[in-house]
Amino acid sequence: MTPSTRKKTAAKKPNTRAEWELRLYVAGQTPNSVAAFQNLKRICETHLEGKYRIEVVDLLENPMLAKGDQIVAVPSLVRKLPAPVKKILGNLSNEDRVLVGLDLQPVRRAGVSHAE
Amino acid sequence: MRAKSSRKSTTDPATRESKTLPKTPTGISGLDEITFGGLPTGRSALVCGGAGSGKTVLAMEFLVHGIVDYGEPGVFMAFEETGPDLRQNVISMGFDLRRFERAHKLIIDSVYIERSEIEETGEYNLDGLFIRLGHAIDSINAKRVVLDTIEVLFAGLRNESIVRAELRRLFRWLKEKGVTSIVTGERGGGTLTRYGLEEYVADCVILLDHRVTEQISTRRLRVVKYRGTLHGADEYPFLMGEQGITVLPITSLGLSHTALAERVSTGVPDLDVMLGNKGLYRGASVLLSGTAGTGKSSLSAHFVRAACERGERCVYFAFEESTDQIIRNMESIGVSLRPWVKKGLLKVVAVRPTSQGLESHLAAIHEAIKESAPRVVVVDPITNLIGVSNIAGIKSMLTRLIDFLKVQQITAMFTHLSSAGSVRSAESTDEGVSSLMDTWILLRDMERNGRRSYGIFVLKARGMEHSHEIRQFRLTSNGIRIGDVIAEAGVKP
Repeated sequence: MTPSTRKKTAAKKPNTRAEWELRLYVAGQTPNSVAAFQNLKRICETHLEGKYRIEVVDLLENPMLAKGDQIVAVPSLVRKLPAPVKKILGNLSNEDRVLVGLDLQPVRRAGVSHAE
Repeated sequence: MRAKSSRKSTTDPATRESKTLPKTPTGISGLDEITFGGLPTGRSALVCGGAGSGKTVLAMEFLVHGIVDYGEPGVFMAFEETGPDLRQNVISMGFDLRRFERAHKLIIDSVYIERSEIEETGEYNLDGLFIRLGHAIDSINAKRVVLDTIEVLFAGLRNESIVRAELRRLFRWLKEKGVTSIVTGERGGGTLTRYGLEEYVADCVILLDHRVTEQISTRRLRVVKYRGTLHGADEYPFLMGEQGITVLPITSLGLSHTALAERVSTGVPDLDVMLGNKGLYRGASVLLSGTAGTGKSSLSAHFVRAACERGERCVYFAFEESTDQIIRNMESIGVSLRPWVKKGLLKVVAVRPTSQGLESHLAAIHEAIKESAPRVVVVDPITNLIGVSNIAGIKSMLTRLIDFLKVQQITAMFTHLSSAGSVRSAESTDEGVSSLMDTWILLRDMERNGRRSYGIFVLKARGMEHSHEIRQFRLTSNGIRIGDVIAEAGVKP
């Protein structure tokens, strides 16, 4: 995560209205925050190329924003769009779980069970 | 919500003990007495209990008193209820939270965690919660914090080891912040809290209990643990009423009240003669028992009238009749109470005992006494209370009530309806409560020479020489007349 991506990070190919609106809540640049952002970006690039937008909210800078999306844990990823709102906690290290959490069928591994 | 002087006075033990451990008064009537000053300042106290035991109300009252009485803003973090629900639920206790919120004295933050809506992958911490709480505390400079019920985190988050580590960090952090906090926890089977919160909050643990026996609910509070300080160890009944929570810590006062030498008239001069020629001791508790229709209420009315004539305030608790009924009936024997009611010296509180639990009665009595500050109280009859509880419950309630009255040096008369039948059995059934009383006056009907008449005698009068005769007792249109000796009290006619 670079300083320029702190508040709002457009996707690589910015859309005026992205199909997938994701918001990542972090508290400062901790290793978990950085990992979460990198993991998320990679997953989005793989599965949602051109259809997503990531907004990073640093609660240390905007503590009031924690209330709105009911943030308790960080990092927290909130899928704002498509509805319904979904939430994933943690540094997003397990891609399959992130995909399940986002309700995204893994494109290349369709048919593979997620049961662990 | 009123800031009463009696509540303020509860801080006195705190100043006495302040060298050892600073305490923050809860402002909850009775609780500060039990804890000798309140909760440990700058630390967390755990309040645990089952569902509906009053945890949330107690915690909220702690904040409200902080704002109203001690000028300390508060933050309420609700994990179980939404803000609107919470505001609505406490409005019946007279807490208008909106007003405090608008004045920036109170922040309510509802935390909503639904496990089924959350996926977890990889490491995380609860900085989000810390930041939310920290922001709320800092924005109003809060001194008091409530986390109600933080255990929801265990249910909402899957990674228990993270939650545990973060809770430990949270309590440390709260301490660093210097806020005095209440953390509530749901009672678990065999443990104080379901997830062992007591492990993290080791300084002060308060347990609330809500029992229903014979369809009557009783709430109890106990300080399980209070590190580094004295605290009352008993289980104390408490009430949740219009004034919020009232804990009845009366037993902690023990028998330390002072006995007065001053005497007061019973309102019947001949009876005063039977009581060592001087009447009752000021601050004494008098049991007046007798079978139905023997004139217990009438004697109480004389007693009250005499007090009013002395210019003393009286409260008459009527559990059988309405105010009007009592006043009318007493007029028929020439005792006019209405002028005293009008003058404001006499207050008649008429309630049906069965409509409330015993503890609510005790609270109602307490409230009325605190409000009127009487010198004389009549409870007519205590027998009706037995209908709402067992004899042990009555005895414990009466002990508390009598101690409460004694501390304030209120002279009290309790009437007691003996069951019909032999006088002997009446005497023995009363023994349970009579031991609490200083003076016991018995009214009885007796048949002699084919006529039914009434007798009065003093069965016991602590600390005074008293008559041992059964005297004739008559109700006339001019009040009570005590006549000739019928027999020696020891001898059954």
